[in-house]
Amino acid sequence: MKRFTLAAIAALALILPAAAQAQDFAVTGATVGTGDGGEPIENATVVVRGGRIVAVGTGVAVPAGVQVIDGTGTWVTPGLFAAVTDLGLYDVMAVSDSNDTEAGDSPFNAALDAAPAINSASQDIAVSREGGVTRATVAPDAGSSIFAGQGAVIDLGADREAVVRPRAFQFVELGEYGARRAGGSRTAAHALFRNALREARAYGARAAIPGRASRPDPLRTGDDLPVDPRLAGSDSAERSADVLLTRFDAAALVPVIEGRQPLYVHVERASDILSVIDLKREFPKLDLVIVGASEGWEVAPQIAASGIPVIAAALNDLPAKFEQLASTQSNVGRMKQAGVKVAIGPFDGDNHPRYAPQYAGNLVALSKLPGAAGLTWGEALAAITSIPAEISGMGGRNGVLKAGAAGDVVIWDGDPLEVSSAPVKVFIDGVEQPLANHQSRLRQRYRDLDESDQPKAYDW
Amino acid sequence: MSGRIRVAKWGCALLAGLALSACASDGGSGKAKSASGAPAEAPYPSTYQPYPGTPTALVGATVFDGAGGRIDNGTVLFENGRIAAVGGPDLAVPAGFTRIDGSGKFVTPGVIDIHSHLGDYPTPSVAAHSDGNEATDPATPDVWAEHSVWPQDPGFTRALANGGITSLQILPGSANLMGGRSVTLKNVPSRTVQGMKFPGAPYSLKMACGENPKRVYGSKGRKPSTRMGNFAVNRQTWIDAQAYMDGDHAKRDLGNETLEGVLKGEILVQNHCYRADEMALVLDMAKEFGYKVAAFHHAVESYKIADLLREAGVCSAVWADWYGFKMEAYDAIPENAALIAKEGACVVIHSDDENGIQRLNQEAAKAQADGRRMGIDIPDEVVVGWFTLNAAKAMGIGDRTGSLESGKMADVVLWNGDPLSVYSRPEKVWIDGALMYDALDRKRRPVSDFELGQPGEGDVK
Repeated sequence: MKRFTLAAIAALALILPAAAQAQDFAVTGATVGTGDGGEPIENATVVVRGGRIVAVGTGVAVPAGVQVIDGTGTWVTPGLFAAVTDLGLYDVMAVSDSNDTEAGDSPFNAALDAAPAINSASQDIAVSREGGVTRATVAPDAGSSIFAGQGAVIDLGADREAVVRPRAFQFVELGEYGARRAGGSRTAAHALFRNALREARAYGARAAIPGRASRPDPLRTGDDLPVDPRLAGSDSAERSADVLLTRFDAAALVPVIEGRQPLYVHVERASDILSVIDLKREFPKLDLVIVGASEGWEVAPQIAASGIPVIAAALNDLPAKFEQLASTQSNVGRMKQAGVKVAIGPFDGDNHPRYAPQYAGNLVALSKLPGAAGLTWGEALAAITSIPAEISGMGGRNGVLKAGAAGDVVIWDGDPLEVSSAPVKVFIDGVEQPLANHQSRLRQRYRDLDESDQPKAYDW
Repeated sequence: MSGRIRVAKWGCALLAGLALSACASDGGSGKAKSASGAPAEAPYPSTYQPYPGTPTALVGATVFDGAGGRIDNGTVLFENGRIAAVGGPDLAVPAGFTRIDGSGKFVTPGVIDIHSHLGDYPTPSVAAHSDGNEATDPATPDVWAEHSVWPQDPGFTRALANGGITSLQILPGSANLMGGRSVTLKNVPSRTVQGMKFPGAPYSLKMACGENPKRVYGSKGRKPSTRMGNFAVNRQTWIDAQAYMDGDHAKRDLGNETLEGVLKGEILVQNHCYRADEMALVLDMAKEFGYKVAAFHHAVESYKIADLLREAGVCSAVWADWYGFKMEAYDAIPENAALIAKEGACVVIHSDDENGIQRLNQEAAKAQADGRRMGIDIPDEVVVGWFTLNAAKAMGIGDRTGSLESGKMADVVLWNGDPLSVYSRPEKVWIDGALMYDALDRKRRPVSDFELGQPGEGDVK
């Protein structure tokens, strides 16, 4: 087994550009949270070779030639996986020229693809990396339609290749927000949605192109969704005159209706969640993920029975909208108890991915409060690592410290879920990451206010 | 033996800064003042009366008194709505006091948020509830936030139960250069806003620098559309207020009454301002017209001019680590609070957010830790002051609440663990000695009218 793993790593090292610079290292004597839901393991060792985790646990021998990092007094976790973010889509949210999250004036909707817009050098990515976030999904925001477009899986490595898997999912709004986009009502949103899927189905059938990749995808993960051939111009399908979707948008929804591309549906209200679950009867192949679900706890058994995973905010407890009247910080805990697979998210705007550990820690605190439902420490860590990775199609590869997973490792100066803790070192695919950014440079410059010799502008 | 420990460096540094400042000028101490809106003569007076409480002794907890003191295995006594005594294990519990075992727990003063929009931007956040910005004129010192506050905002209950909030200042929004008067509330459910008003608290004038006013009015084709326009409108408005103040007051003018109150030092100034250079200009504007800024709010660049802020005696009411959401927040850094404190200037942790107000203690803990990582060690007992006494002082109520000292209001939180840990929650919250929240008693939790008969009524939230 071990020999196979090492051989596989050697092969991968040739293929993967990030792995080419990866260090072989081991962290010893640390408290390790593996991200799989278990409680932390004291005095454990994590070994990374060729950009991958090769061993985790107590009593693990460090192979010869592997650099040893003394982790005494530190905590080690997998890199955090932030589900549904706007990372890399803006420099300054309120500076519209720099903001690519939403395309309200575009004629397109489902066809919009976040991947080419993601800026790996944005400060938000750098600041998130410093906070221990190593992987994320990035979704556009819905503009003129209920369909926001296609989101991507990224890594937060300090290189120019952020996108790991483009077109990883489609995103649709079917709650209050979607209703306003669709024409003013949930009825309009559901009609628009069904019409769009039927147009896509008809379009896909007429185009007579099998809905599969025509050749292996060249990108890293091997199972990326390729650009649909119809988007590349080889489209001869005729369409009837009363269609609402552009060809691009219809083509983009073909993999959704065929179940090859997950469909993320944003709803909050319990009744809206049940409507989403019902979609499976009409469109059995849909691979659904529910985002939001503030009132999920009210219909948790139904969600659990549907098998649909949920990405839910940890601490929303206000009736911010009428679709969130039943919001409570116990939502995640109660859904988890009912058997729902729940990740903490989404993260957008002021709600930065680096706050994920604080949210998770708060859910641990809830478990001490009578009447409330929280998570154990291990479950809370999983809700920001392995579970969002699994929901994002990266299960076993990201968000977990186990043999074969990517070498995304964060060494923390204390309990990672505690507000006073922060990463000391961050590795992505075994590559130690720089943690400097605009903020850290300002911190260094203004460590003191002494300008007796020169203005601060010369201090760099 | 444990005892009351004061930390000289930080306690003195902060106090030295405060002594010069509007932070410490507990103006509006309830005495009748001039016609410019002084509390005793002001209309819409507070009708708040403390609810009944029982003489209570919290025994055996770690006590952070909010004023920089820490007592391990401490005792806090309160009765008749007031703190009776604070001490160590040797402090005797008088007969008739209900004794609550605080072993393994922590006691702090009630948490205070200097910057909230609860009630004037309540939830649900629907347009019909949007009452925080009178965005029809860049200077509206005539409007009073209390006339917008909806006492049934469910956010007040969350702030109490999850954040231990006992007092808070509701500000008008920042669309305007002069947004109007604030109102300071006790976080006590009431049918009326008057029933929440903090008795004798001074008013503040909310002002705003920077992007918001120029964007709001520039987009309407009005002045100001630039930062220089912001200052021009402000200065002319102050000049007109000075003329009003020197006049015969024959005709009342609501806006000028507020501004006169500021110029006379009876009404404090809470100034939304992000950038260092703009704060420095505001300090000069305050000198030009003879008023005092109590606190810069948001103040994400205070770390660049912490020396100036110390000298001017102005507090910075800040988040721990908000970043990048607007151009003037691009230079925000998580070490801001610690760097301000290091220079000896006054730090307040604020929320400006109906969710953030539920975790001011955690925000303070993050800011403390970010400082520690760059070598700035600020003790826990000082950090607790960032969301208690410093806030109270900058709101002009520091002589009545914000710390656990004999004679002050018995606004007290019993935490089930260290309040600077993510794993701790308020277990009990007293306001003026009355138990208003108890995590162990599901009925001792307020439910707003809005939430009755709705999904989740009375839930833990």
